[in-house]
Amino acid sequence: MTEVRKGLIAKRYATERRFRIYGATALALTALFIVFLLADIVIKGLPAFTEPRVKLDVTGAADKVDAAKPAAGDYEAIVREALRARFPTVSGRAERRKLNGLLSQGAADDLRRMVVADPALIGKTFPFAALLSDDADLFYKGRQTGVALTKGATSLQFAESGEAYVITGDVAGLSPGQIVLVNEGALRITGIANGAAQAEALARPVTLNPAAAGGWNIMTLAKPEADRRISDQEIIWLEELKSEGVVEKAFATRFFTSGDSREPELAGLRGALVGSLLTVLVALALSIPLGVAAAIYLEEFAAKNRLTDIIEVNINNLAAVPSIIFGLLGLAMFLSFFGLPRSAPLVGGLVLALLVLPTIIIAARAALKAVPPSIKEAALGVGASHQQAVFHHVLPLALPGILTGIILGLARAFGETAPLLMIGMVAFIVDIPKGFESAATVLPVQIFLWSDLPEIAFQSKTAAAIMVLLAVLFSLNAVAIYLRRRFERRW
Amino acid sequence: MKRILAAASLLALAASPAFAARDQIRIVGSSTVYPFTTTVAEQFGKTSGMKTPVVESTGTGGGFKLFCASVGEDSPDFTNASRAIKKGEFEDCAKNGVTDIVEIKIGFDGLSLAQSKAAPDLGLSKQQVFMALAAQVPDKDGKLVPNPYKTWSDIDPSLPNVKIEVLGPPPTSGTRDSFAELVMEKGAEKFESLAELKKSDAKAFEKVWKSMREDGAFIEAGENDNLIVQKLQANPNALGIFGFSFLEENAATIKDVAVDGVKATYETIADGSYKVARPLFVYMKKQHVDVIPGMKEFVAEFVSEKALGEEGYLAEKGLVTLPGDQLEKVKATVEGMVVLTAADVK
Repeated sequence: MTEVRKGLIAKRYATERRFRIYGATALALTALFIVFLLADIVIKGLPAFTEPRVKLDVTGAADKVDAAKPAAGDYEAIVREALRARFPTVSGRAERRKLNGLLSQGAADDLRRMVVADPALIGKTFPFAALLSDDADLFYKGRQTGVALTKGATSLQFAESGEAYVITGDVAGLSPGQIVLVNEGALRITGIANGAAQAEALARPVTLNPAAAGGWNIMTLAKPEADRRISDQEIIWLEELKSEGVVEKAFATRFFTSGDSREPELAGLRGALVGSLLTVLVALALSIPLGVAAAIYLEEFAAKNRLTDIIEVNINNLAAVPSIIFGLLGLAMFLSFFGLPRSAPLVGGLVLALLVLPTIIIAARAALKAVPPSIKEAALGVGASHQQAVFHHVLPLALPGILTGIILGLARAFGETAPLLMIGMVAFIVDIPKGFESAATVLPVQIFLWSDLPEIAFQSKTAAAIMVLLAVLFSLNAVAIYLRRRFERRW
Repeated sequence: MKRILAAASLLALAASPAFAARDQIRIVGSSTVYPFTTTVAEQFGKTSGMKTPVVESTGTGGGFKLFCASVGEDSPDFTNASRAIKKGEFEDCAKNGVTDIVEIKIGFDGLSLAQSKAAPDLGLSKQQVFMALAAQVPDKDGKLVPNPYKTWSDIDPSLPNVKIEVLGPPPTSGTRDSFAELVMEKGAEKFESLAELKKSDAKAFEKVWKSMREDGAFIEAGENDNLIVQKLQANPNALGIFGFSFLEENAATIKDVAVDGVKATYETIADGSYKVARPLFVYMKKQHVDVIPGMKEFVAEFVSEKALGEEGYLAEKGLVTLPGDQLEKVKATVEGMVVLTAADVK
C-alpha cells in the first residue's frame, strides 16, 4: 500500500515539476522574443537619431540673395559653391553633379532659414553646417561598404600617360579595384601588367613625386562599386572631408521638428505626432464622458431586465470587433453621410472613440462593481439620494480603476492603423496639421508608410519611429500603473 | 447636469459641417506610383508656396473607385495607376459625371524577378516561369494537370536542382496583375494546346494563367516589397517578384534574374527590350482645374524636365522615364488638357 502511495506522490511531484518547467520555459521564450525584438529595433533605429553635416564657409553673396527678399535667394547654389571650393580639382558637369549629390536638398533650406532669421549675414562669409544626403549618411554610418586603409610597404613611382597613370616599382601587393592614396590624390588601379599598374585618377595627385614605403596608403573597399549606391569617387570625397575633420555628427532634431518627406534625411515625425495628438484628443473628448456615463447608468441605475442584458452582451461583443470594421463604419457614416472631410483628425477621432468606447465602459463598470456595496448603503442610510450616493461616494472610489481603463483605451487608440485606412488617413502628408479638419496622419501609419518605401535609409527611420511609438505607449502604461498604485484602495 | 450640457455642446460643435472650400490637392491610387507622386508633391509644396498635396496609397482599383465617385470637392483630383484605366472604370466615371479625364503617362516600372547575390546566376524564359508557378500546366499530350514540378531541374535539366520557391505579391496588388499578364500569360501562350484553348475558350485560358499554385512553390509575401527583399537575403534559393526601384536600391544584396535572356536595367526597360515592364499613369480630373487651386502648376511640375527628364529627380527615385519623343507627347497632352474619349480606352 505504501509503495503505491509513494509512487503516486512521486508522480504528482513530477507533474508539478514538469508544469513549473513548462511555465518557466514559456516565460523565458517570451522574454527572449521581446529582448530580440527590442534589440533589433534599437540597433536599427538608433542611427536615425544622428545626422552628418559638413562644416562649410558659405558666402551670402549679394548677387544670389536680395537683401530685400532674403527668402527668394538661390541658396542651393551658395551651398554647392562652398562645397566645390573644398575640391578645387573637380571639374566637368558630370563630376560636379556627383559632388552636388553629396549634399541634401535640406542644406539649402537650412541656410535659407538661417539667413532669413539674420539678414545681416548677406554679403558676409560665415560657417554653416550643411546636411549631407542619405547615401553619404549611410556611408558614414558604415551601411554602404567597409573601408580598410593600410600603409603602403613598398616604394612606388608614378607617371602620367594621357588621362591615365602608370605606377611602377614594387606593385605586387596591389590588385585592381584598390585605391592608392598618394600626393593628395587618389588613383584607382584598373589593371596590372608587366610589373606596372595602370590607374585612373579619382582625385588628381598634386605632384608625381615617387613615394617611399609608408608614404602612401592603400584603400580597400569591401564591396565592389557595382554593389553599392555610392561610387568610389564619392567615397574618396567623403573620406577626405572626414580626415579634414569638417564632418560633424549631430543629433537629428529635425526628426522631431519636421513633417514627412520623400528624402529620408529630411523626413520627420512632427506631422504624425501632432496628428496622433489631435486624433486621440477627439477620441477621448467623446469616449470618456460617453463611456463613463454609460457605465454608471448601466451599473447603478438601469433596471436589470432583458434589454439591459442584450445591451451588455453587445458591448462585450463590440470590444471584440476587428478594428477595420469601425473604419468602414466611419467611411459610411462620417464621410459619406455627414460629409466630413477625408483624412481629418476629427473623423479619425470619431472612429477611434467608437473603437475604445467598449473598452472604457467595461473597465469603468468593473471598477464601479469593485466598490463595496456597504459604502453606497451607508450613504443611502444617512439619507443621501441614489444619485448623491453614486456621485459623491461610489464614483470617487472607482476613479482609479476607471482611469486605468481610459489609459489602456488611449494606448489602443494610439496604436491603431486599420480603421484609419478607410477614412484616408494613410497618406503622404508634408504639412503639419493645423487643426481638427486639416489632413493628418498618425504615428503608426507613418511607420507603415515608411516601411514600404524603397530607399534603404527609410528602414532605420522606420525603426526609430517605432522606438518613439513604443516610448509613448510605455509611458502611458506606466502612468496607468502609477495611478493604480497611488489611488487604489483595498477592502 | 452642467457637465452633460458641456459634453453635448462639444459634440454639436464638432459635428457642425461648416468647412471652408478645399485649397489642397488630393491624390489617391496605386502604391507603385506613390513614391513618385509624393516626391513631386513635396517639390511642388516647397517651390510653389501652395499647400503640399495629400497623397493616399489606396491601390490602383481603389483609386479609380474614389476618383470616379463624383465631381466636387469631396472627391480626389488625381489618381495614380499602375495600368491604364479600364473600360468599366471609364464608364463608371462617365455615369457619375466625371467626363473630362486627362491621362498622363509618367514612365515605366519594370517588374523584376530577383534572387540573393549568394546564389548562382539564373536565366529563365517566360514559359519556364509559367511552368514553375501556374496551378495547372499542360502535360506531354497537352492535357491540363496539377503542377507536378518540384525543382527547377524538373522543368529543364539545364536549370539547377533546387526547390522552386518564389515570393510574390498577393492578388490585391497591381504588381501581381501585371506579373500575371506580362509573364504568365505570355508563357502560357507558348504551349500549343493553351494557344488553341485561348482561341476556343478565352475564359478558361485566362483561368489557367491567372491561377498561381498553392502548394508552397509560390508564396504570397504581402504588399511590402522590402519584406520580400529581406526574405531573399535569408534564403538564397528563393526568387522574388517586385518593382524595379527596389532592385536598384538593394543592389548590394540581391540581383536580377534574366527573363528571356534580358536583364532588367534602366536601359533595357526604357528601350523596351525588357518585356516585363508596364507603363505608369496619373489621371487628372479636368473638371476640378478651375475649382481647386494649383492643379495646373502641379501637373506642370510633374511633366517638367526637372522631374520627368532623363536626369530628373524621379529617375533618381527609380522611375524609368519616358523616351524623349514620348515625353514631348505627354507634355503636349498636359499643355492642351486633352481629355480621354471612349475610343482611347480599351
